[in-house]
Amino acid sequence: MLDSDFVEVVGAVRRFVRDRVVPLENEIEQRDEIPAAIREQAAGMGLFGFAIPEVYGGLGLSMSEEVRLVFELGWTTPSFRSMFGTNNGIAGHVLLEGATDAQKKEYLPRIAAGEWTASFALTEAEAGSDPSGLATTARRDGDGWVIEGSKRYITNAPVADVFMVFARTDPDAPAHKGITAFMVEAGTPGLSVGPRDHKMGQAGAWTADVYLDGVRVPASTLIGGEEGVGRGFATAMRCLAHGRIHIAALCVGMAQRLVEETVNFAAARQQGGHPIGEFQLIQGLIADSATDLYAARALVLDAAARFDDGTDTRVGPSAAKYFASEAVGRVADRAVQVHGGAGYIRGVPVERFYRDARLFRIYEGTSQIQQVIIARQLLREAADRAS
Amino acid sequence: MNIVVTVKQVPDTWAEKKLDASDRTTDRKSVDNVMNEMDEYGVEEALRIKEAHGGEVTVVTMGPQKAVETIRKALSMGADKAVHLTDDALHGSDALQTSKALAKVIATLSPDLVITATEASDARGGVMGALLAERLGLPQLTLARKVTVDPAAGTVQIERQADNGYALVEASLPAVVGVVEKINEPRYPSFKGIMAAKKKPLTTLGVGEAGLDASEVGLASAGSKVDDAEPRPPRQSGTIVKDEGDGGAKIAEFLATQKLI
Repeated sequence: MLDSDFVEVVGAVRRFVRDRVVPLENEIEQRDEIPAAIREQAAGMGLFGFAIPEVYGGLGLSMSEEVRLVFELGWTTPSFRSMFGTNNGIAGHVLLEGATDAQKKEYLPRIAAGEWTASFALTEAEAGSDPSGLATTARRDGDGWVIEGSKRYITNAPVADVFMVFARTDPDAPAHKGITAFMVEAGTPGLSVGPRDHKMGQAGAWTADVYLDGVRVPASTLIGGEEGVGRGFATAMRCLAHGRIHIAALCVGMAQRLVEETVNFAAARQQGGHPIGEFQLIQGLIADSATDLYAARALVLDAAARFDDGTDTRVGPSAAKYFASEAVGRVADRAVQVHGGAGYIRGVPVERFYRDARLFRIYEGTSQIQQVIIARQLLREAADRAS
Repeated sequence: MNIVVTVKQVPDTWAEKKLDASDRTTDRKSVDNVMNEMDEYGVEEALRIKEAHGGEVTVVTMGPQKAVETIRKALSMGADKAVHLTDDALHGSDALQTSKALAKVIATLSPDLVITATEASDARGGVMGALLAERLGLPQLTLARKVTVDPAAGTVQIERQADNGYALVEASLPAVVGVVEKINEPRYPSFKGIMAAKKKPLTTLGVGEAGLDASEVGLASAGSKVDDAEPRPPRQSGTIVKDEGDGGAKIAEFLATQKLI
């Protein structure tokens, strides 16, 4: 994409987020719902498909471009991004990474246009950041497949039109192998969605359990066709790496907002006849948050550039997600601290962001899983060099 | 429907507006420049009419080279083509000269409908629609909060915003219609629209190409002249009136001293 075009795209998203979505943040929080008009406008702009290639109706942003766009999305409630994040992110990428050309042509345009909301159904009660313990199964039945199992904390499940379901197709294969991805449309008999989870934060983004009781699907729903059997784990891992940089960028966007909220409050709030920003201990909190923000932004931009040129598709994404999610947690904590009592009151943005930010260290791979990925990869490389 | 919509690039609405020290024209260099916010409603309305009745939307602007950014914004919203009247000789033109120049360009486009905003946020003259209508010899409908076009009957009907309601006003086409902010919610450019905008036809005209003589336009021959300008005085701190049973009277007294009542 031409850089001048991209600058305009980012400008349009920035305006939309700040002029339209930010004023609705309290309403979204209270009603636990993104207004339909916002969804329509976001779909009309093309936000459901920015990471999907142009040939399938998306915008085809590179990772380096995507993170700059996501910095803008992070400025407001993360539930806004969540509405279309899965289409662009892990769910859309399952098709991009693993589907046959015919499947891509048929389904990606609907996902890119926002006609369909997609859901990524990988996590289970006993298989989360590490999908190798997956218990959901799919067995051949005539020329189709029957899926059994249940999924947990599935984002967008209550509104999803299509689920990317990961199931074990070969019980005898090693834990990481024998997993296959299926594309199951909502309404398929046997597929049901549980009640909405009551979450700590991120109101407006819905998650729920998904139950698969003898869900019979035709072979055409097997992502990647017959060749896709047993390749689900590899596909999921590639999608997750992309998603980790995306989430890291979202953390940077939220940190930007939190630093601005913090500085504005410190400049305006008076204590003893002085703005609290004149006190050096407050300045220390501000400086630490601004420094965390700079570091996270620089790391995300660097990790995205290395992801694009293929020089680092494993350690960089995990390091970016690990650092940026921990950093925004610290920034949110300091934001509440600088706000004092006001930071503990419902309706004040930093109180809400503090709860919203907590999820970033947990989903799409906990901080601890990222540590393991980073260290194991480096140790593996060292072992390869030694042998 | 062949629709023309006028747009203007202005200093950012929220920026401190200044005059250039050398010739007391609008200082465009020290601020961000954006599409006049009220023009977005005009562009949106033009696009809606086109979507309902078919046709083409042409954006017309007069302004420095940089004003092409505002044209691109209108094209990315969905307008079909644009004419940019730009020439150093136009610098410092007043409303009369600007309307003459714009009318010359618009007349060559033979529009069925010309849509303008009520005013631009820089000079806030609010006269361009009327001046254009006069020069083009067309009827003008102003303060439209709703526009209904009937191409078969060759008419345009509007709800004209009034203090306590609205008036239904109708004109035969072609006509000039000025719209108010309440009329619609302008769309955000879509990503595809942004990418398509650069490929849409853009005609750039100098003064001569537009059939104007350089002596008719520009600061030297402008009908109005800025002799002097003072920056707005800083806001005074307010007066706090403590209500001791006579608050109402004190407020009335204050309003009277300010000649507000």
